Amino acid sequence: MTLFPLPPSGMGEFKVHRVRFFNYVPSGIRCVAYNNQSNRLAVSRTDGTVEIYNLSANYFQEKFFPGHESRATEALCWAKGQRLFSAGLNGEIIEYDLQALNIKYAIDAFGGPIWSMAVSPCGSQLLVGCEDGSVKLFQITPDKIQFERNFDRQKSRILSLSWHPSGTHIAAGSIDYISVFDVKSGSAVHKMLVDRQYMGVSKRKCIIWGVAFLSDGTVISVDSAGKVQFWDSATGTLVKNHLIANADVQSIAVSDQEDSFVVGTAEGTVFHFQLVSVTSNSSEKQWVRTKPFQHHTHDVRAVAHSPTALISGGTDTHLVIRPLMEKVEVKNYDAALRKITFPHRRLISCSKKRHLLLFQFAHHLELWRLGSTVATGKNGDTLPLSKDADHLLHLKTKGPENIICSCISPCGSWIAYSTTSRFFLYRLNYENDNLSLQRVSKMPAFLRSALQILFSEDSTKLFVASNQGSLHIIRLLEGSFKHLHTFQPQSGTVESMCLLAVSPDGNWLAASGTSAGVHVYNIKHLKLHCTVPAYNFPVTALAIAPNTNNLVIAHSDQQVFEYSIPDKQYTEWSRTIQKQGFHYLWLQRDTPITHISFHPKRPMHILLHDAYMFCIIDKSLPLPNDKTLLYNPLPPTNESDVIRRRTAHAFKMSKIYKPLLFMDLLDERTLVAVERPLDDIIAQLPPPIKKKKFGT
Amino acid sequence: SRYIFCVSGDFVKVHSTATEECVHILQGHRNLVTGIQLNPHNHLQLYSCSFDGTIKLWDYVDGILIKTFVIGHKLHALFTLTCAEDSVFVIINKEKQDVFQLASVRLPKSSSQEIEAKELSFVLDYINQSPKCIAFGNEGEYVAAVRDFYLSVYFFKKKTTSRFTLSSSRNKKHAKNNFTCVACHPKEDCIATGHKDGKIRLWRNFDDDKKYTYTCLHWHHDMVMDLAFSVTEGTSLLSGGRESVLVEWRDATEKNKEFLPRLGATIEHISVSPAGDLFCTSHSDNKIIIIHRNLEASAVIQGLVKDSNIFTGLMVDPRTKALVLNGKPGHLQFYSLQHDKQLYNLDIIQQEYINDYGLIQIELTKAAFGCYGNWLATVEQRQEKETELELQMKLWMYNKKTQGFVLNTKVNMPHEDHITALCFCNAEKFENPILVTASKDGHFKVWILTDDSDIYKKAVGWTCDFVGSYHKYQATNCCFSEDGSLLAVSFEEIVTIWDSETWELKRTFCQRAGKIRHLCFGRLTCSKYLLGTTENGILCCWNLLSCALEWSAKLNVRVMEPDPNSENIAAISQSSVGSDLFVFKPSEPRPLYIQKNISREEVQWGVFVPRDVPESFTSEAYQWLNRSQFYFLTKSQSLLTFSTKSPEEKLTPTSKQLLAEESLPTTPFYFILGKHREQQDEKINEALECELVQLPLTENIPAISELLHTPAHVLPSASLLCSKFVSSLLLSKETKSDEEIPEDVDMEEGKESDDSDEENDFTEKIPDTNNTDLGEDLLHQLSKSEEKELRKFRKVDYSWITAL
Repeated sequence: MTLFPLPPSGMGEFKVHRVRFFNYVPSGIRCVAYNNQSNRLAVSRTDGTVEIYNLSANYFQEKFFPGHESRATEALCWAKGQRLFSAGLNGEIIEYDLQALNIKYAIDAFGGPIWSMAVSPCGSQLLVGCEDGSVKLFQITPDKIQFERNFDRQKSRILSLSWHPSGTHIAAGSIDYISVFDVKSGSAVHKMLVDRQYMGVSKRKCIIWGVAFLSDGTVISVDSAGKVQFWDSATGTLVKNHLIANADVQSIAVSDQEDSFVVGTAEGTVFHFQLVSVTSNSSEKQWVRTKPFQHHTHDVRAVAHSPTALISGGTDTHLVIRPLMEKVEVKNYDAALRKITFPHRRLISCSKKRHLLLFQFAHHLELWRLGSTVATGKNGDTLPLSKDADHLLHLKTKGPENIICSCISPCGSWIAYSTTSRFFLYRLNYENDNLSLQRVSKMPAFLRSALQILFSEDSTKLFVASNQGSLHIIRLLEGSFKHLHTFQPQSGTVESMCLLAVSPDGNWLAASGTSAGVHVYNIKHLKLHCTVPAYNFPVTALAIAPNTNNLVIAHSDQQVFEYSIPDKQYTEWSRTIQKQGFHYLWLQRDTPITHISFHPKRPMHILLHDAYMFCIIDKSLPLPNDKTLLYNPLPPTNESDVIRRRTAHAFKMSKIYKPLLFMDLLDERTLVAVERPLDDIIAQLPPPIKKKKFGT
Repeated sequence: SRYIFCVSGDFVKVHSTATEECVHILQGHRNLVTGIQLNPHNHLQLYSCSFDGTIKLWDYVDGILIKTFVIGHKLHALFTLTCAEDSVFVIINKEKQDVFQLASVRLPKSSSQEIEAKELSFVLDYINQSPKCIAFGNEGEYVAAVRDFYLSVYFFKKKTTSRFTLSSSRNKKHAKNNFTCVACHPKEDCIATGHKDGKIRLWRNFDDDKKYTYTCLHWHHDMVMDLAFSVTEGTSLLSGGRESVLVEWRDATEKNKEFLPRLGATIEHISVSPAGDLFCTSHSDNKIIIIHRNLEASAVIQGLVKDSNIFTGLMVDPRTKALVLNGKPGHLQFYSLQHDKQLYNLDIIQQEYINDYGLIQIELTKAAFGCYGNWLATVEQRQEKETELELQMKLWMYNKKTQGFVLNTKVNMPHEDHITALCFCNAEKFENPILVTASKDGHFKVWILTDDSDIYKKAVGWTCDFVGSYHKYQATNCCFSEDGSLLAVSFEEIVTIWDSETWELKRTFCQRAGKIRHLCFGRLTCSKYLLGTTENGILCCWNLLSCALEWSAKLNVRVMEPDPNSENIAAISQSSVGSDLFVFKPSEPRPLYIQKNISREEVQWGVFVPRDVPESFTSEAYQWLNRSQFYFLTKSQSLLTFSTKSPEEKLTPTSKQLLAEESLPTTPFYFILGKHREQQDEKINEALECELVQLPLTENIPAISELLHTPAHVLPSASLLCSKFVSSLLLSKETKSDEEIPEDVDMEEGKESDDSDEENDFTEKIPDTNNTDLGEDLLHQLSKSEEKELRKFRKVDYSWITAL
């Protein structure tokens, strides 16, 4: 939109296109499921997308399953450690293949929309609660699930389910009442009616949004009247009632030790409850509401309780991970609050030659031409546009599936995108100001779904990472294409490749999966050149430098490696920085690096960015140690040359643009930065529940 | 729960909870009483501790002192525990001025009256001296103390201290995290703390330094002043603060709370009776409210309300002879001087009072009684900006049936600018009452009562009858002559005399000596005189018959009050040393009586209160007190009066009017009666600290104690003593100032004590304010303030007598 020179210290001057017309709104979070074994978190969004976060790898979103319009996920759970199930309003139970990143199978439960699902404590049985009031028990077999039987049918939909830790009983929350079932017989043992009264006013219905069954037989329920209630399942009586909100309490999660639980309300507040002893010398304990957390503005639809943190997500699209201070051993940066809003992958690609940006949305693509200016100005000035940015193209997908990935070729004449079942390639023709779009038909059968698409620098080749783990190379001709080669995955692995990088000279292709190392292929000889040694943390970004063909790899623990492809070893600079270690502030950044690029004229520079900063690494300068100031806010003109030289270090960072979704070099002196201010996202969300604020 | 105890200065008062009446006054301490607790082992006994370093045990039913334990340190608070057999806990400061310790004191068993108890063992160091900041929990297993930003918990069994710190003023969000008070749950391990930002935190698991957790309850928007758990089960928590709302939190949940709103003033202390059936709150306006368990106020014990600003001045209600002045915000209080009791409050502004800083409130600025108390005129104003003045005048008629004032007429914007004076014509010859208002807009308006009847009812109302002005000068004062025939209105420097029949300008007087500050006609035989005082410090007396200046004197008069029952006029002048009182008759320039240095502070208002039964003092010096008593109010809101010895005998024992007697024969027998009111001080702790700094000094002056402990008949001659006194004053003067010593105990709190049984009593101290004194019994000691006053008088009187 606007152009203006970039001021950060010592970076040299750039004109920056500050783009704010990427109208991206993440979908709200519907469910979260925490897996204690692998320390992973599964998050499902309202558009049906399921994301897997690796909490050990700096909360990196390492996998995702694209959404589907008809597949509104209502429940998500892990079974037997590694198996992930979801159920939704289309009445299907889905199991996900976490290796191949696709859906393993979907089974209709034949009970209408599914509202709730729970895996038995031993992990061998799966319960679903359906619209028609039935609770269905499925047996989990090693490769499928098998319907076993129905429990006593209830009058209305089953909105929440919870197993007793021994696996003998379950609690099911419905509308106005909670039922306790005996698993063996499948019959309801107790029916506990919930008070509809809400602050003295009788509401029409009281919806039990969540139940939790504790090992001592206590059932905790949360409902639409804002209550958290404790029931004795043996007698079916109400033990204690906490009125905590004026609106619905929508979610509950209990810790494994059953000494604390967390509930989320429609007002955006998350309450923590703890089991504390009544007096220090008695064994009597009671549940006490302790701390409220207000990290959300909208409904908290889902909460999870990991051993050290409270996790919450909701309509306002943030995933908040709030560590529990009393469970944290050392108070370091890991104990800080995390708020994850944007996906950890690129949604934007750019055609440098034609100054085009391709924005990827869930169901469409937008192509924009950047504006231009003739004005010049001082450092820091905002330059007026002589030509506004143009919305060239709005490309809607066919079918209900979400777009997985998309790419525009550097020359700007090709666009490719893929959904779960189809791959699309378009040819763009520019005639003066007119743009014509032509779909390349008859895509080969193997090109059904792609996880990542990349064009070579000269736009003659297309690289496609498919979800079977194979890599396809396609030569592009005027209006047609030719399949060149397919790299098959390493024998024995089915891991899909998610990240691709091609060298500017077109000789090398680097590809990385979610966990194993980075593979480098020689495109000329069409064979695997080498594999970069595997690292503990997943790769977040890849790029190959021009001329030197050094592969730069960013990992989720904020480490950056440089690997020389011709020499098949780490470069000297990479070894130095590994020896010395990164600055502690660099390692404490929240968001992963999502894009790496290079300056064509300055081979020593590496440009990279995450959501909150843009950095130029100058390999010729000394590395910062922990005592030096990493973020140097002073503009270079204020300092004498001596001081500047003394304080200069390799990391030159700018935090002007945030949240930064994309940043790339268009030419030597021009940068494009795509920002998505959080306020704009909030403005597009439905209005939150109005709360009276004191003093207003 | 039959009795409630409150600390008032050196006394402990025992009130009945049912009748509100004061049953006993326990007197015997020689300094401020700082803490009272019921004896946990005998519920008919009461412990009290005082700055004089003693703990006294009382039988409060009979009002008898049983024992005195001499500790020897200044005691700042007292706590008793059931489980602690023979020891009590006190707060003392031993070494430094502002470092306070909690110590336990063993009270030895002995049959003698006065016992030394020196066995101190320290429990906690560096604590806040306010008793609100200490609480014992779970039957004495631990004690919680708060100060600044941390909570310390000491476990008696484990002998360990845990400390929990809140983030302090680093960032703005937590800037007001200071702890203000603490309370412990009677049954559970739960500590409630109040904070400056209005939050209440409930701490649990505090025996573990790491696993501790707390819940926040937030309703108060301003500092939480006090907290109390209900006694029996601890299911409800009471909190109060500046909002004047008592909040009851049930089951310690945020959503389950009950309110008792509109308690009138900041809640300072909350106390719960041992039986749990009564709560009681004490308020900053000198009031105790006794509240039933179901949050219904059942009784109010109300003293003179203190207000930061007295705009209306002192008035006497002609009917009740009560003193009338600003009371609660927006109210006029009627205060009976005879009974030290508020008769009633008249709500003038009739709007909900919102207590918040920075809010510009409607202020009651002027009030006047007319026609023997049949009419009351009030003026209220609110000025948000320079140009936006909201002004309202209300006229109230006395209703004989309801025995109260009923609003008759409301006049919006009676003037364009501030009303400076308001007066009724009280002469008998006028059938209709006349009211005159003078305003800064240059006009004075005459309001008369007219018939306002219509077909529905007979009614009367006030309308404006005449508007007068003089050369666009601001009207500053107005007053009627005694017979009502003349009206004097001052316009800045000029006094104009108007005929009240025709509203004709009769005459002007101008002295060119600055703006007229006060204006009044002489009375009775002196009614031909008009008196005026100016800003430049001139007192003028004009003869209305000769229309000439009769005499003038250079006197910077602050207060000028005519005595309604005699010709006398009292004028209080302000000088750099203090305020002096002059009583004179307008007919002669020589004053009848001069009293120098009546107060070191500025005197703001004064009034003559007619006596019910005239006295007959023959001494020339105080003949002027025969028919009326003169009361005056200083800037620090101390209400003082002149009194003679004789009325003392008439006082009933329950009366709070306690007299100070000067024992030396050479000085005139004037007594001060102090009804002190502390300036509203938000920083109570600071004030208390300052008090602590100051008080020890006075105690150490040997001359005073020597004087006061020696019987009068063996004292040496006054001149000898005087020089001693003066020198002792000289020494102390360097370090103390009068204003800084709060003369009364205002900052103690009720600590309910005792668990025992059927005869439940509970205790509460309020900032009731009596300056105390003693009659002839010289064994009793004068309170600090009286000592000072007396010393002052001594010095002054002596010189005055020698001058004669």
